[in-house]
Amino acid sequence: MRFGVIRFPGSCDEVDAVLACERVPGASAQLLWHGDADLHGVDAVVVPGGFSYGDYLRVGAIARFSPVMESVIRFSQEGGIVLGICNGFQVLCEAGLLPGALLPNVDRRFICRQVNVEVAQATMPFTADCAAGELLSIPVKHTTGRYYAPAEMLEGLEADGQVVLRYAHDGNPNGSSNDIAGVRNAAGNVFGLMPHPEHAVDPLTGSDDGLKIFTSMAHAHG
Amino acid sequence: MTTRARVLIRPKAGILDPQGVAVEQALPALGFSGAANVHVGRLVELDIEDPSQLKSMCEKLLANPLIEDYEILDAS
Repeated sequence: MRFGVIRFPGSCDEVDAVLACERVPGASAQLLWHGDADLHGVDAVVVPGGFSYGDYLRVGAIARFSPVMESVIRFSQEGGIVLGICNGFQVLCEAGLLPGALLPNVDRRFICRQVNVEVAQATMPFTADCAAGELLSIPVKHTTGRYYAPAEMLEGLEADGQVVLRYAHDGNPNGSSNDIAGVRNAAGNVFGLMPHPEHAVDPLTGSDDGLKIFTSMAHAHG
Repeated sequence: MTTRARVLIRPKAGILDPQGVAVEQALPALGFSGAANVHVGRLVELDIEDPSQLKSMCEKLLANPLIEDYEILDAS
């Protein structure tokens, strides 16, 4: 299993994402440059956190049009597995690969803390190694993490089981609709979340719950 | 030959705008009373050769139609 992790100008979590991927037994990872449309044959793509293109205009808005993203869009349309973390989630929403958008946190503050997220769907490529209802301890760190979808879209997401992770125990840190921390697309092969699983892969730093996202992806790949 | 164009982009009505709330809360502290419903958007100014492209530009990049409304103010 070979992961590809995109590096945009302004990315800051791509190295942690590579290290997280490399913790999966039998997996390797490589960086993919934003200006290179070649995905170099990777089996799955991770769009990492950071501030791609300075987050100018709107978070993720400009990164969405980079050469590598045009290839990621085609990759996802062919069924390729794509994970977006934080800024990566924002980029995937802007690219139309995921429903909804991320808005500034309701209390206007940058938040950086460990949160518990509940696994609402444990059957798809990204959370198959979790149990339904399991709590994962993973950090969030963002200013623009309030998940928003218009009411009708939100109902559709809930009905179709596209809400994968929710902030647990009234711990919604940013005002996200329905406590949503992560959603997938209708086909199930694209997933975005605001918490950072790549920062929770070693008990030394408090939790290795995030590793389950990466091992799930490897198991889905087979 | 280019035209000067301006595009105004606003948060959609009904979506909480924390930036607007922050400004609204700051005004009374400076002695300005009676200001309500403050919303903060952004203005994009550009020189453009073909103003008929503006709408498509807004839909694709300048605004996110899911969360923002845009208005092409003038393109004269």
